Parts: sequence; C-alpha cells; structure tokens
Amino acid sequence: MASPVSTPMRTLIIARAPRRRRWRDTRDGVLMSLPAILGLVAFVAVPFIAAIVLSLYNVQVDQARAPKFWGLTNYARLFTDPVVSASFLRSLVNNFVFAIVVIPVQTGLALLLAVLLNRKLKGVRFFRTFFFMPVVFPMALVAVIWRLILDRSPSGLLNSAVGFVTGGSVPAHDWLGSAATALGSVILLSIWQGVGFQMVILLAALQEIPEERYEAARLDRANGWQQFVNVTAPGIRNTLIFVVLLTTILAFRVYDQVFILIRTAGANEGATQTLLYNATQAIYSENNLGRASSISVVLFLIIVIITLIQRRVLRQRSEG
Amino acid sequence: MSTTTLRRTVSTIRDYILMVVAALIMFAPIYYLLVGSLKPSAHVLDGFAGFLPTNLSFDNYVGVFHSLSSDATGYFWRFLFNSFAISAVVVIAGLVVNSMAGYAFARLEWVGRDKVFLLIVLLVIVPFESVAIPLMSLMQGQRDTLLVQMIPFIANAFSVFLFYTFFLNLPKSIEEAARIDGLGSWGTYVRIVVPNAKPVFATVAILTFLSSWGQYLWPSLVTSDPSARPLPLEMSVFSAQVPPDWGQVFAFGTLLVLPVLIVFLIFQRYFVQSVAGSAVKG
Repeated sequence: MASPVSTPMRTLIIARAPRRRRWRDTRDGVLMSLPAILGLVAFVAVPFIAAIVLSLYNVQVDQARAPKFWGLTNYARLFTDPVVSASFLRSLVNNFVFAIVVIPVQTGLALLLAVLLNRKLKGVRFFRTFFFMPVVFPMALVAVIWRLILDRSPSGLLNSAVGFVTGGSVPAHDWLGSAATALGSVILLSIWQGVGFQMVILLAALQEIPEERYEAARLDRANGWQQFVNVTAPGIRNTLIFVVLLTTILAFRVYDQVFILIRTAGANEGATQTLLYNATQAIYSENNLGRASSISVVLFLIIVIITLIQRRVLRQRSEG
Repeated sequence: MSTTTLRRTVSTIRDYILMVVAALIMFAPIYYLLVGSLKPSAHVLDGFAGFLPTNLSFDNYVGVFHSLSSDATGYFWRFLFNSFAISAVVVIAGLVVNSMAGYAFARLEWVGRDKVFLLIVLLVIVPFESVAIPLMSLMQGQRDTLLVQMIPFIANAFSVFLFYTFFLNLPKSIEEAARIDGLGSWGTYVRIVVPNAKPVFATVAILTFLSSWGQYLWPSLVTSDPSARPLPLEMSVFSAQVPPDWGQVFAFGTLLVLPVLIVFLIFQRYFVQSVAGSAVKG
C-alpha cells in the first residue's frame, strides 16, 4: 500500500513514536488507574489518617461537643485508666488467646483434611464439598445456628449430646454464658466456619509437590510419617507460614460472631469481647469517637507488626 | 507384597472413616438449619429430636414474609433487594475499576507508576476493620443509604494486586501485535486482555461476592433504618425478637445463605480455585 507520507516524514514519525507512545501510556495509565486510586485514597488512606488524627482528640461522632485536642490521652487511658483499661486489656488478651488457640488447631485440622483429600481416593470431591461448604456461610448466620446448638437449656444440641454420653449425670451447661467456656465456644464455631478456607489453600500447595519426590522416598523405604516429615512438610512450608499469617490476622479482626452472641444470645461479654467489639462499644454506648479511633490504630499496629514479623520469617526460611 | 496391599487397604479404610466423620461434623449444623427451617418452631430447639425430619412444611418461610411486612420491621423483599443491589454493584464495578488499574500497572509505562503501585501494595495491609469507625464518622451524611454500603468496597487494593499479577504473566506478544495494528491501550485492554483473563475475573468476582454478601460490621455502623438494612444485619435483628420463633429464624437463615450456596454448588471448582489462587500469589 502506497503511503501518502513522504519518506523523510516517515522516518521522523518512526523516530518520534516511542516518545508519543510514552505520552499516550501516561495519559491512559493515569486515566485507567484513577478510579481505583481515588477510591483507595478516599476509603482507605483518608480514613486511616482520620483514625490517627481523631485518636488524638476528645471527640464525638456527631460532634455535639466541640472536639478537644488531647494528645496521647486516649492511648494512655486505654492502658492505665482502670475504667477504660479493664475491658480494653481484656479484649486484647481475648484476641491473643483466640489467635493462640485457633492458629494451631485450625491449621492442624485444615492440614489433616487437606492430606486426606490429597490421597486421591474415590469420592474426594464429594467430601471436599462438605468440608468447604461452611466457608460460604455469612458469620451472622453461623452465630445464630451455633447459639441454638450451644443453648443453655437441656434441649440445646450440645447439652443433649453431653447428657446422652454421660447418661444424664452432667447437668445442662451454659456454654456461651459461662466465663470458662464462652471464648472456647466462639473459637469452636469460628473454626467450623473457617477451616475449609485454610484447607483449600493447603490442598493446592500439596498438589504442587511432584509425585517423584514421594516415589524417591518410598524407594528409600520411608514410611507414611517419614514421607510426611521429609517430603510433604518442606514442600508446603511457605504456604503453611502464609496460612498462619492469614489466620493470625483474621483472629485479630474477629467481630461479627462476638457482637451478635453477646448482644442477642447472652454470651459472656468479658470472656468474649475483642478489640473491634471494644471499639464499637466506645461508639454505641459512650459516643466516644476518639477512643474508638485509638483502639482502631492499636488494632492496625498489631496487624502490621505480625505481618512484618512473619514476612521476615518467610524470607529467612526460603533463603535457607 | 501382600502385607503392603493389606496395609494400604487398612489405611484407605481409615482415611474413609476419618473423612466421613469430618463430613458429618461439618454438615451437621447445616443439616440442623435446613431441617429446622421446615419444622414447627417448638420442635427446633428440642435436643436430638431437633434433628428428626418430622412435620415438615414451608410454613416458616411463609411466616418470614408475614413477620417482615411492615415499615416497623422492614420488608423481607427489601432486605433481599438491598443485599443483591449492594453485592451486584460492588462486584461489577469492582471488576471494571480494579482490572483497569491492574492493567495500567502491569502493562503501561507511565510517569510515577512505580510509586503509586507501592502505595497500593502498602494499602493491602490496612484491614478495613481498622478504618471502619473513622470512615463511618466521615460519612454521617450518607447514613441509611445503599450508596454508603457500596462505594467503600469498589476499589480494592487486593483485587488490583490479583489482576496485576495475572496480567504480568500473560504473554506479551499478542498485545504487542494488537498495538502495532493501531489498537490503543483501551482497545488492547478491552479486546485482547479482558477476553484472555477470565480466570482472574472469576476469582475476584467470587471473592468479592463472598465478602460483600456476608458483610456485617459496616452496615451495622452506617444503617439504623430497616429500609437500608441488608440480609445479614437483619439476621441478627430477626433472631433477637422476643419470644424467638426459631423455625422462622432458620427459614430466614436458609434464605440468606441460599443464593451463595447455589452459586457455590454450581461453580464449586472456581470457588475452590479462587481461594487457593488468592493465597499462592499473595
């Protein structure tokens, strides 16, 4: 096809093409990423800065009283003022206990289920469906189903089961109301809902391990446990660390089930409250936006610190 | 040789037993919900008898619609509509907005790109829960609207990141050919990149839908009027009525989970791949 542009002109256009393309790329790149950037700035970055600023003020949601600059008073009160710190420190402890129990138990169960599914027996997909199903259940619903299972009356499912096993010698127990079992109950239903999520992640990692490694181990007469320790465990090490990180972060974000069980099912508030519950309580019962913001900042700091520690562990391990 | 076969048979039987037990434990609460929703309310919280499928009927489902049919309680259809509208907008707008950004970061070379991308990566760490309360105080003017329940979740740093990593691994040659043929960035994105990126669109859609449908904290902070309430929030309100009608509560719960459960059973493979995929790249 004959070009209407003369030869010197064409050389010029070709020479200028990269520059023009870069200009177009900049225009299109900015336009294409702008909606996401604006959204993230408006709904993550700005409220994040607002959290820090508000945490330095004595301020209410509707600002009925004029905000007053308080410096670090909100933070100091969280840790030292007995009126505030009792429930705050209790929430902090509950969050840590939740994490310390859930991480090994849930990850262990998830790994067990994943290893079972990875044996490629007939019908594993059928079983996988059941193991994963609770993951799609909204936490608001999980809380309601389990409050009936854990009901304090003798007609609660768990109380019936205990009564059946012990021949009626053990009286009905208030699983959610009693300080001794309330957090354990919340942990139980949270694991039920979440274990399938971890299982699927671990299963994907197990399937990436080449079959030849297992064959080589079998040639060395390694038994099932030895194969697990020497082939499976190293093969999924990084994924395992990732799952632990994820579970830790999720443990500090626990809210829905705790709030619903305390407010509607008589769960023991002291034993089950979490940081986020503590933060919304500051709003709902005292209209204290400053303290709620300072709790939010503490929550954020904990999550960032955990993330950084685990990133480092991950890097060291993969180098080694 | 025969001992090896025997041992393998034994371990296979053991594994089947473990899987059956685990499946029963995982399914029991779901079965309890489904059967309870079809039983007379007095027989739901009734010990082991609550498990027996007796006197089944759809009365509780009819009852849910009757109980939730006034301005004071809110209307069931309204809750359902709110949840669908919020999830649909968040998922669809999220796919458009975040995939465009992912493409811009992965494929276009523009001034300031790397710095902006670093900001996005940093924002992945910020959990929504830690900005929810200050954001609520900033959006007081929008209380009790559907909009306030949608817009904070459309742009999502993690979704941008998932799109970015997927686009980075697409073979560059097709795009280059398209661009030489005179297709600009937009044309290349719409006609070449999007059709070749169905798996990542499915992943982001599923993960977004799952979290959007179950959303509880944010709607509880920004709504007080039943007309703006989504299903999960009404779930806790409905279950707290005195005296409780457990049959209707379970019928409501079934209706709440049914849309996700159906989507899950149909697209199960994608669900499982999405969750696994979200981790491997993270």
